[in-house]
Amino acid sequence: MCGIVGLFLKDPRLEPELGKLTAAMLAEMCERGPDSAGFAVYGNERTGINKICAVAPEGAVAWPQVAKQLAKSVGNNVGIEEIEDHAIFKTKGDGEAARTWLIDNVPEATVLSQGQSIEIFKGVGDPNRIAERLKLSERRGSHAIGHTRMATESAVTIAGSHPFSTGEDTCLVHNGSLSNHNRLREQLARHGERFQTENDTEVAAAYLTWRTREGDSLKQALERSLTDLDGFYTFVVGTRDGFAVLRDTIACKPAVMAETDDWVAFGTEFRALSTLPGIDAARIWEPEPATVYVWSRA
Amino acid sequence: MARKAPSIRSARPGLQRNSVLDLARMTVREVNQLLHDADGGDFLIKNPRGAHAIAAGLDGRFNIAIDGHVGYYCAGMTKEASITINGNAGTGVAENMMSGRVHVKGDVSQSAGATGCGGLLIVDGNASARCGISLRGLDIVVKGSVGHMSAFMAQAGILVVLGDAGDALGDSIYEARLYVRGRPKSLGSDCVPKSMGDTHKAELRKLLDAAGLGGEVDVSEFSRYGSARKLYNFHIDNLESY
Repeated sequence: MCGIVGLFLKDPRLEPELGKLTAAMLAEMCERGPDSAGFAVYGNERTGINKICAVAPEGAVAWPQVAKQLAKSVGNNVGIEEIEDHAIFKTKGDGEAARTWLIDNVPEATVLSQGQSIEIFKGVGDPNRIAERLKLSERRGSHAIGHTRMATESAVTIAGSHPFSTGEDTCLVHNGSLSNHNRLREQLARHGERFQTENDTEVAAAYLTWRTREGDSLKQALERSLTDLDGFYTFVVGTRDGFAVLRDTIACKPAVMAETDDWVAFGTEFRALSTLPGIDAARIWEPEPATVYVWSRA
Repeated sequence: MARKAPSIRSARPGLQRNSVLDLARMTVREVNQLLHDADGGDFLIKNPRGAHAIAAGLDGRFNIAIDGHVGYYCAGMTKEASITINGNAGTGVAENMMSGRVHVKGDVSQSAGATGCGGLLIVDGNASARCGISLRGLDIVVKGSVGHMSAFMAQAGILVVLGDAGDALGDSIYEARLYVRGRPKSLGSDCVPKSMGDTHKAELRKLLDAAGLGGEVDVSEFSRYGSARKLYNFHIDNLESY
């Protein structure tokens, strides 16, 4: 099972509505993934500022103290925004170094994302309650990806919830399961990728990070993944300026897309798209197997 | 379409005996229960919004129109009824249908008409993967193209495709007959091209007419595919194919 929703706005006038529209889509996918949920929202960029999102069990980490230590480590000021059990660190310092420092020095926390645009939030339990608690509908931005999870490959934990992000401003959500993730994780670790879970999807996210670092475009990396990743999957990938969709070669997992002049949207099922404005006049289609679809702002 | 009041054997209290059923105001369970309690009638179902199992398990002389896109298993297991979907349908539309007619005006997702036993399924748009999987007597006419693995292990019935077919058409097929006007990307194990005799042309003509295609489509443009009958029983030479 699992449910995926994705919304990429073409019309900037809809940006204040992004969170609200995404929350309504996510609500339709609760039955497909009742054990945990998460979402990535792209937006609220400020020139030169890197954002690092992290989550920890309530009260386990004193975020303001962590921010002070982090500031010393990256040699730059670190601001902090706390939302429930999440923290968003904001700094002009090196975002990747900050991410690595947090993983190494704050073991109670899970580092969710790093980049100028991306913010990731996750929780365990009813997806609607998670979205409400983390105030998804209040968030604005250019695009968002959400996931409701029915766990198959690893435990139901916050860290095991999607989206997974290992590279700057990139995240991946997954419906399906991978069968060669253990071997691939070892190989990617040798290439320098850092893993925080035993989850198969984190391996797919790290694979994309590795490939893009090696010079592949997102499209090339996804095309290569068709040979390197074994299993069944529908992936939705977010980047700073766009998003991509890929289904495995036999299109095992469901997917439907819709597009209007104002937005492009992905849903595991049509009902996730049914709440969008203008859906009645949208072009609706099912993505082909083994075909990479990419939209970007550029 | 003229809409007379449906005859209802045992309508549940609180439900209107009305021929318009609005899913914005009723649950799918309420709509289906009302239909199951009736033995037939004309109904218009509004605001389906991708909900699952709409009008599933109907048994009787129904004439149902659904205005909008439906989710999974719409019109599944249906008997005698005539159901028209003015929109797209999700996975497994008309799965295991027994008789009657299901007409989808848009596209359909995977496994359309899966394991269908009888009746006619018409798709005006395209069907995605595994259309007519394990077909057991239902006839399917797809006016667009079908995806990969269509008619997989199809036992009886007919699949007509006016467009193209995806990879592995008719893999491990039994006695279902496939007519494709365009090109199959590839044929599955034990599925082979077959000659078009007069009886085949006649049965294809009949189905095209039933699908409302009248004289506009020429049966001689179609190719027939079916089973080479080499996988029916275990044969040591076929070990690689199992």
